Amino acid sequence: MAEERRQKQCSVSLPTESMKAMAESVGVGQLQEESCVALSEEVSYRIKEIAQDALKFMHHGKRRKLTTSDIDNALKLKNVEPLYGFQSQEFIPFRFASGGGRELHFYEEKEVDLSDIINTPLPRVPLDVSLKAHWLSIEGVQPSIPENPPPASKEQQKAESTEPLKVVKPGQEEKGAIQGKGQSTPAPDNKGKEKGLIRLKPRSTHELSVEQQLYYKEITEACVGSCEAKRAEALQSIATDPGLYQMLPRFSTFISEGVRVNVVQNNLALLIYLMRMVKALMDNPTLYLEKYLHELIPAVVTCIVSKQLCLRPDVDNHWALRDFAARLMAQSCKTFSTTTNNIQSRITKTLTKSLLDDKTQWTTRYGSIAGLAELGPDVIKTLILPRLTLEGARIKAVMEGPVVSNIDKIGAEHVQSLLLKHCASVIAKIRPQPDIAEQYRTDYGYLGPMLCSHVMKARTQAALQAQQVNRTTLTITQPRSTLSVSQSGLSGSGGPRTPSIIKVPSSLTLMSPRPGTPSQPSPPATKYIVMGTSSGAASTQQVITLSSSQSASPVTSTVPSATSTLQPLVKLEPGGGPGLTASRPLQKYIVVSLPSSASSLESKSSVLPTSISSAPVDGGIKLERSESPAASTQSPH
Amino acid sequence: MAAVQGGMVDAKDEADIKTEPASDGFGNNHANDSRLLSESPGSSAAAGNSKPAAGAPEDQQTLLAVLQFLRKNKLSESAEILRREAGLPEEVLDPKGADSAGSGLGGSADVDGGDASALLSRVTVPAPGGAKAPTKAGEDQPDVNVVLSAYSQQGDPALYQVYYNGLKKFIESVLDCHRAELSQVFYPLFVHMYLELVYNNHESEAKAFFERFSGDQECYYEDDLRILSGLTKKEHMRGNETLLDFRTSKFVLRISRDSYQLLKRHLQERQNNQIWNIIQEHLYIDIFDGMPRSKSQIDAMSGSLAGEAKREANKAKVYYGLLKEPEIELPLDDEDEEAENEEGKPKKKKPKKDSAGSKSKKQDPNAPSQTRIPLPELKDSDKLDKIMYMKESTKRIRLGPDNLPSICFYTFLNAYQGLTAVDVTDDSSLIAGGFADSTVRVWSVTPKKLRKVKTAADLNLIDKESDDVLERIMDDKTASESKCLYGHTGPVYGISFSPDRNYLLSSSEDGSVRLWSLLTFTCLVGYKGHNYPVWDTQFSPYGYYFVSGGHDRVARLWATDHHQPLRIFAGHLADVTCSRFHPNANYVATGSSDRAIRLWDVLTGNCVRILTGHKGPVHALAFSPNGKFLASGATDGRVLLWDIGHGLMVGELKGHTDTIYSLRFSRDGEILASGSMDNTVRLWDATKAFDDLETDDFTAATGHIHLQDNSQELLLGTYMTKSTPVIHLHFTRRNLLLAAGAYNP
Repeated sequence: MAEERRQKQCSVSLPTESMKAMAESVGVGQLQEESCVALSEEVSYRIKEIAQDALKFMHHGKRRKLTTSDIDNALKLKNVEPLYGFQSQEFIPFRFASGGGRELHFYEEKEVDLSDIINTPLPRVPLDVSLKAHWLSIEGVQPSIPENPPPASKEQQKAESTEPLKVVKPGQEEKGAIQGKGQSTPAPDNKGKEKGLIRLKPRSTHELSVEQQLYYKEITEACVGSCEAKRAEALQSIATDPGLYQMLPRFSTFISEGVRVNVVQNNLALLIYLMRMVKALMDNPTLYLEKYLHELIPAVVTCIVSKQLCLRPDVDNHWALRDFAARLMAQSCKTFSTTTNNIQSRITKTLTKSLLDDKTQWTTRYGSIAGLAELGPDVIKTLILPRLTLEGARIKAVMEGPVVSNIDKIGAEHVQSLLLKHCASVIAKIRPQPDIAEQYRTDYGYLGPMLCSHVMKARTQAALQAQQVNRTTLTITQPRSTLSVSQSGLSGSGGPRTPSIIKVPSSLTLMSPRPGTPSQPSPPATKYIVMGTSSGAASTQQVITLSSSQSASPVTSTVPSATSTLQPLVKLEPGGGPGLTASRPLQKYIVVSLPSSASSLESKSSVLPTSISSAPVDGGIKLERSESPAASTQSPH
Repeated sequence: MAAVQGGMVDAKDEADIKTEPASDGFGNNHANDSRLLSESPGSSAAAGNSKPAAGAPEDQQTLLAVLQFLRKNKLSESAEILRREAGLPEEVLDPKGADSAGSGLGGSADVDGGDASALLSRVTVPAPGGAKAPTKAGEDQPDVNVVLSAYSQQGDPALYQVYYNGLKKFIESVLDCHRAELSQVFYPLFVHMYLELVYNNHESEAKAFFERFSGDQECYYEDDLRILSGLTKKEHMRGNETLLDFRTSKFVLRISRDSYQLLKRHLQERQNNQIWNIIQEHLYIDIFDGMPRSKSQIDAMSGSLAGEAKREANKAKVYYGLLKEPEIELPLDDEDEEAENEEGKPKKKKPKKDSAGSKSKKQDPNAPSQTRIPLPELKDSDKLDKIMYMKESTKRIRLGPDNLPSICFYTFLNAYQGLTAVDVTDDSSLIAGGFADSTVRVWSVTPKKLRKVKTAADLNLIDKESDDVLERIMDDKTASESKCLYGHTGPVYGISFSPDRNYLLSSSEDGSVRLWSLLTFTCLVGYKGHNYPVWDTQFSPYGYYFVSGGHDRVARLWATDHHQPLRIFAGHLADVTCSRFHPNANYVATGSSDRAIRLWDVLTGNCVRILTGHKGPVHALAFSPNGKFLASGATDGRVLLWDIGHGLMVGELKGHTDTIYSLRFSRDGEILASGSMDNTVRLWDATKAFDDLETDDFTAATGHIHLQDNSQELLLGTYMTKSTPVIHLHFTRRNLLLAAGAYNP
């Protein structure tokens, strides 16, 4: 590569057109071609010379950026008058213009009205230079203070995990961050056993400092505790704090053990909390998670496909957890899958296997479908679509056949809606119009007609779709500290509940001190709001009301939140260029993304202004097609 | 000096009117002279930037050169004035006489080089420093013509590629042990062949030649190749510095006798005269007997603009030992005892001091004689400071791999990318910063504020006999934490405190070095001599002298009370980027953009060491406290360690990823700290790096160095700053490491 660059060096010189343009600007009308060539060579050479000298000034100025003053100084060396008027700390923008077959780059010089300058209030005086001292290192150890950078960069963590033989130098193994200390409010001290809960056996040589131990305790307690505000803070801390890498092994174990125990306990709320922790860890840009995937991925997969995740599968909305976990899975596949660890293919295989198994329960079936569907339209196309007929028949057997159990029926319903949701958009893309219900029935069996209507909806929606925000957040509002069932009895008072959910005799067990939990009454109602963007559909807001009473079935209302705001933005007017700009002068750039499948709309309008600009351009409105990320990928992640 | 310059200007004006009939004849003569120069550069008489000769003849040669120049430019009046002022005989103005005088003086090079007193007295001769610099550009011109004409002989341009390729094939086919050595020939050959093509107006051939073979060159020549690539016309060759360097200094290669014979035989067999001519004319091949060197050994030493150093260049004896400090002993004990008695801690430290005293009494065999360089006499205040120093050093922390220093970082906030230089006083009480906006700022980092001396009127009022007169002269109204010094007209690139903390030096883009008083906070002297930016300046460890180096490729030695340099160290082929005094003040080390480091003898002005091996401009130098070793850091991010006595590279510390701007040894030399543009301070185990050396191996001194790749073992710590390049490091007397830099958000 260096060779290529070097070869280029030889030939780089200014184009002769520039010479002509410059000659014209100083009044020389006709310049011979030969003169232009000679000039451009000479000028290029001199410019290179000056640039080389300017570099010297940059080096001695102890800077990485070449500034205009460096150029001035270099010119001064050559006894050339410096260029005036280019004093700028920031880059100087060059404008580009073309016309009459010429292309020009020029520096825009605005006419400045002196009275404007005089009348504008004076800018603030820049701060004077000052000197500040801090400890970069104390006897070889870098203290974790705001003045110093966060302890270990991701690369370093990676290097440590991939090349463990490299000796860690004293300067590199600093104490971890203690920023979290200030964030989580001090919880009441749990004496005795609770302290033992979090003391996990360290698996690496890193010792946690006292502050880190405190931080870890606070964070884990807040994450699985009852106070939602605290939890939000704790999750925020996990997602953003830069110095957590030393605690990562503990967090990872905490999560995997927590999931293991709570799946057995069917403690849905805690599973959700733990998944949110996984999400927060994945969001933290400074953490090198690859090392701990072997613990996290099984935990996530468990939450997707486990047969039972809650005590009352007919009532509790464990479906939301499965969806959320499936999304997490897809995200981790996307970020961590490499050719060596093959996460995506392994996960796909596992999920497909359970999907193919006839004896799989509806819950697991739902999970595997959700997991696969989140992996993207390609996976849906190859793995789910061919099975639609089969699944349809299975659903039909439950829905229309003799009532076996309520649970099965709910499961079948959910699987059906899931299939419809995910498959519709994919089918809308790959299947040519028109959508005829009968054809769908022959192609997809029982689900055919419903698919047909969904596909049609998807098509119209895709056309209306504007830029979408991909969001995967699971917000769970809890009116009371209730979901962690067993503890309410212990604490009694309304004060901060003792976060004693976790008890570790030998391994980590997230359970109540009292074994017989089912007797405890469930909270009256817990509301889950699932914000999410599924492929193809506009961002929706799902409000899931979870009621504890046996009779109430989960109410899921889908509010297409995007449509109301998006619709006015997208107005397709064939050929309505100038009129549009006139009528809406305030609108700047509206980027309408059109998936390729929306051929119906394109056929309607011969000129389709996909981008509407208010800036009056001479040749009418500039047509600019830009695909929004959501439209181009069509996958949730 | 101002007078001389003024005279010149006048004379120039006159010269426009007058014409001197003798000028033609002189031009010829000058050409002769230059030819003579290229044959034996040691006895050069014409140009001041040729090989440095000993003190007095050097001065006179320079004078002669200046006179010749003046005459050539028809400034006969100035020449006459100069001649009269310099007290030179009439006949020097006669061209023939000048020539003979020049060579005669050149022959008797070191007549009175050892005369120390001459060092100071000689500066009374006004001309050399002042007049030389302005003539620099002028001198180059005739040189260029001579230089370039050497390229005029030519073969068939189309065959150049064939020739080069033939040699390449040959070298690729020789035995492995010779291949690495012979490969060194490629780069200089490539450059000279390319230049020949360009000179003879074969532009397309030159481009083709460049494109075909530039990829084969070692990566560390990339910068030079970039400059070359821009050079495609004969007209460009005039005034191109890189080119001049290439021609005026022969590229030095070290090749074993066997390899050389091989090459010679091949070229003679093939009748490959084109290449043979280039090798003979433009290359200096330093042949040694012994084993051919390996690729890594060659790579370690090469990279400089002019190839490796010749072996002879590093053979001069260097007195790298430290000076003993006898004068202080007696008063030290007395005063220290007094001080201790005052403090009520009698005789507690006595035994320690005795041992320290006896140690320093032993005369180091490698040390220069005490009076080799006249040093300023110690004042009472200096003695007090020494006592403070001794006291502090007893509290010094012993550093080592298990006992790393604490680092205190001084961050310059709101510097807006304008901090260009930093220095800290030896006692770490003051810190100064040079800025791109031409200012110099001084901060006090102790509770003691900075105060000015009272005005003359107020000073008259105070009682001069009182004990605290030094305290009384200060004006408390002016007390502040920092003071700003205005005077420069360009970015301040170098800054240095005097050891006694009374003065501050600053060097700037405007070509001047300024001396500031830290009592009045005013400028005392502006030293003008460099005509181009002055990149660095430093006080000698004993004060009084200082060194400066800049874009004009020379380093100058000054004394604070002389407005002209005492010595001009010329020899670098590109900017002198940094300059440091040896702890014994008898030597000066300079680092340059030509990627070499030179060590100069202050007494004679000779270059006594040329150290090559860096692959980028050298930006940091540091002597070990015992004076034996030198550490250097460059833009290539490597720190190289050198043994001064043997003139050999003894270590390479890899780790930094950007330019190293600062290097410092701890007070006892156990730890080397390096600060870099990559926002890190790194600590290296200097004891280990030097202890592992077996100096007996150096006997061959042919450059068969064996560098272990033990950077990782020697690296004791890496400390990242948030976003602050480290541009200065300083160990306090108690071995606390201070670092400084400007926050660069």
